Amino acid sequence: MRWVAVWRRNFLVWRKLFIASVLTNLADPLIMLFGLGYGLGALLPSVAGMSYVAFFAAGTLCSGTMLTASFESMFSGFSRMHGQKTWDAILYAPLTIDDVVAGEIVWAASKAWLSGATILAVVAVFGLATSPLVVLTLPVAFLVGLAFAAVGMVMTVLAKNWDFFSFYMTLIMTPMTMISGVFFPAEQLPPPVLAVAQVLPLYHGVALVRPLVAGHVPTGIALHIAVLVVYAAAGYAMTLIFARRRFST
Amino acid sequence: MKALKASALRKSYGAQEVVSGLDLDVAPGECFGLLGPNGAGKTTTLRLCLGLSHPDSGDIELLGEPVPARAREARRRIGVVPQFDNLDPDFTVEENLLVFGRYFSLPAPAVRAKVPALLDFAGLAGRGDARISALSGGMKRRLTLARALINDPQLLVLDEPTTGLDPQARHLIWERLRRLTQEGKTLVLTTHFMEEAERLCHRLAIMDRGRLIATGSPRELIAAHIESQVLEVHGTGLDAWLERAGGLAPRVERAGDTVFVYATDVAPIIADLRQHPELIYLHRPASLEDVFLKLTGRDLRD
Repeated sequence: MRWVAVWRRNFLVWRKLFIASVLTNLADPLIMLFGLGYGLGALLPSVAGMSYVAFFAAGTLCSGTMLTASFESMFSGFSRMHGQKTWDAILYAPLTIDDVVAGEIVWAASKAWLSGATILAVVAVFGLATSPLVVLTLPVAFLVGLAFAAVGMVMTVLAKNWDFFSFYMTLIMTPMTMISGVFFPAEQLPPPVLAVAQVLPLYHGVALVRPLVAGHVPTGIALHIAVLVVYAAAGYAMTLIFARRRFST
Repeated sequence: MKALKASALRKSYGAQEVVSGLDLDVAPGECFGLLGPNGAGKTTTLRLCLGLSHPDSGDIELLGEPVPARAREARRRIGVVPQFDNLDPDFTVEENLLVFGRYFSLPAPAVRAKVPALLDFAGLAGRGDARISALSGGMKRRLTLARALINDPQLLVLDEPTTGLDPQARHLIWERLRRLTQEGKTLVLTTHFMEEAERLCHRLAIMDRGRLIATGSPRELIAAHIESQVLEVHGTGLDAWLERAGGLAPRVERAGDTVFVYATDVAPIIADLRQHPELIYLHRPASLEDVFLKLTGRDLRD
């Protein structure tokens, strides 16, 4: 549990900028949700048995969580690791690089969870989700956060400079968001593309969150959770390998 | 028990061996200085001894703990002042100390109680709420030193503690480090300021190209490696004089337009120089810097 000190360090910094942080947490998805959801939603009949705004809100909950986890683990993490040398200072204490990356990943997941929870609150306030089942999106959001924080941390410990992240963002995250059912049902994609989406974590997050927002129990829960857990675990394992190589050799 | 003991330490980065078979021995309570030109392997040696990077071969024992196997346990009782400040810019002066104390799993009230004394020691009393960006270079260094003391360490590791500081700031750091030595703490520091090494260190090791080339107290090193007197000579007609100087002194060295003459008895040489008013000379006792330059050469290292 030594990593908690690292988590706590990031939490204390975040607490200083609490208002600004929560506002951006809120503003980004809200703009998307109401801009696209209501604008586009007015042109569309119900999608997958729900209003387009509600449909898109569920997707945004996942993609917003993904974005926060990724930004925090990559850009903020890299800044602490490379720019500020905060990790170097922590390593003088009785902590190891394993503790540092664990603390960073759980922190990024926590911050992402808060993003997801904020979006959920908006969704609930606007009456887009009425079933009590919707509360279960909270643990899902944390799991989505962990998966993307762990993968983002792999990028961070591999990165030589800031440009490195734009490859991952442009070539992986953006297309993943397009095909994972955030904006439209992934099932209407050509089967090969759908197959790609199904091995990516975001698809499984959406597959869990959307039914819960609509008030149904999702199907294939175990598989969806398993995929997210595998991404989190594999990301953590790879982070350890590359972080040890970067810091201990 | 030694405070730090390293034997046959080796470390390569790619094809370049940075530490090549280094033996090191630091007694408790000692202020030990590791001297060397840039790129000699000083920082790498410290990182290896702290368990921050792993040696290719060799054994390290730090405060009785084998490193890197139990480096974490050893670091509980160690403070580190790195070459480049890495204070946390997201926190104030006081918060830097509080947050750092948490990395040692120290209870918050205990850390909080230590802060005023540490700020005082660092000459930062009343500056607890200042932002890091508002501190001068000297203040940052002192805060980094205070941060390294948060766990009341037995041993302090300092990598070039005064590089980049003005003389006032440097003297203040020296005074604080001497105070720590008097309190019984063991200090291991790297430097390339001979003056710093001469003033602070009980014992020194001169390091070059990954290995130690001499160890001893500053006086011992001067006595063992160099003649006690030095003449620095320059001016017109130097070349002609240089040819004769070789016969007058045991060791004569030329660097650019200056000739360094090393001898135990310089009276005959001075008498000779007096006959050449066009030559300007400076007579001084030999210093650690002369030893350093003799052992590591005068070539630039960068």
